[in-house]
Amino acid sequence: MPVAQLAGSGTTNEASKTFVFQSEGHTLGNALRCIISNYPDVQFCGYTVPHPAENKMHFRIQMYNGKAIDALKRGLEDLVKVCDITLEKFDAEFQSFTENHTVQN
Amino acid sequence: MNTFNDEKPRVIMTEHKIVNNNPTAPTVLDDQFDVKKFKKIFRIVIVRYENNEMEFDMIGIHPFLANTFRRLIISDVPSMAIEKVHILNNTSIIQDEVLAHRLGLIPLRADPRLFEYKADWSTPPNEKDTLEFELKIKCSNNKDSSKKESSRAEDIYKNPNVYSKHIKWVPIGNQKKKFKDVEVGPIHPDILISKMRPGHELDLKLFAVKSNGKDHAKFSPVATAFYRLLPEIKIVKPVEGEAAYRLQQCFSPGVIGVRSEGDKKLAVVKDARYDTSSRNIFRYDDLKDAVVMSKIQDHFIFTIESVGAMQPDVIFKEAITLLKEKCLSLLNELNS
Repeated sequence: MPVAQLAGSGTTNEASKTFVFQSEGHTLGNALRCIISNYPDVQFCGYTVPHPAENKMHFRIQMYNGKAIDALKRGLEDLVKVCDITLEKFDAEFQSFTENHTVQN
Repeated sequence: MNTFNDEKPRVIMTEHKIVNNNPTAPTVLDDQFDVKKFKKIFRIVIVRYENNEMEFDMIGIHPFLANTFRRLIISDVPSMAIEKVHILNNTSIIQDEVLAHRLGLIPLRADPRLFEYKADWSTPPNEKDTLEFELKIKCSNNKDSSKKESSRAEDIYKNPNVYSKHIKWVPIGNQKKKFKDVEVGPIHPDILISKMRPGHELDLKLFAVKSNGKDHAKFSPVATAFYRLLPEIKIVKPVEGEAAYRLQQCFSPGVIGVRSEGDKKLAVVKDARYDTSSRNIFRYDDLKDAVVMSKIQDHFIFTIESVGAMQPDVIFKEAITLLKEKCLSLLNELNS
């Protein structure tokens, strides 16, 4: 199961952290990176899958101010919002499409 | 080069390189990603939905999101496939392991949402996580004398070909009540599994479980899911007569039309959507400056081709729900 845990570096420094995601990869890594790297307080944000045979993803956040974990949480929350918006828009469009077309199955 | 003076972010495909066109206003691509703005700009338009194929446009979206959705559909949305084969008898010429592999690739009709992942292979299959099938078939000489003169294998032998339709579903527990016969089984009845001759026999038990494309490609719910950018073509110099037909030949059918104006034949862009962006135009020196080909960078044409177990719209929604649940469970963990 995916466990977000903190890797060794900088246990005292809340602003810069590397998170390790178990059994996650580029799918979540890149999506989160693109969202988080745009936050104004974020100095650096990047991810890596250190080895293709190991099923984990490292996610690094460095902040100008604030805590790295807060940016991560905000990123995940934003991604949830994006999913909700996409679902909502897709449902609305699909409904209007099926009303105007006969869908062949 | 900036012949498109508009707000759309686009690249222009020239003969030897691709150049960025500078839009007149900031676009989704150079903006900072912002959920509120995303909600305002993002549009989905379904273009085509037939049988197991759906084509829709996602407009005003960042490439990373389009790619995330594509990756989720291909390797995260689960489906059912045969994973274990118990071979009780196999006297056909196809080897056990090859046969088992072939069986695994057969697409199955079964709604994966009604099943659970098999957590532990040491436990016996149960109604919640496994579908059991049976393949019992024997080839023999055809006793029917009227076909004696024939030399076709189908006439002289009984069961010379094993097809996916010979796979029979064996309900476990309450599955008989839960599913109808038509809801479970191979999607295509005519997949050739093996060829046999008299004396050859297959007696197999098949176990299908739920998993996703990360585990094995056979669990992917789609034949393919892909996106491409919307092409746009502009004719900047009038192309007439023979050259107009030559121009038409350079593009995919239906992209360029030829219009009669008086006694002149004039090339016009009819519909650039289905152009393959081939570079045939650059073979003609007189035509290559007459046309500007471009792609709109925030307009994704997304195509989902389902294997058949789930409808493509369901697959898309499943993919997004999966991403959402993944984020929510991570958030939960971070907050605890």
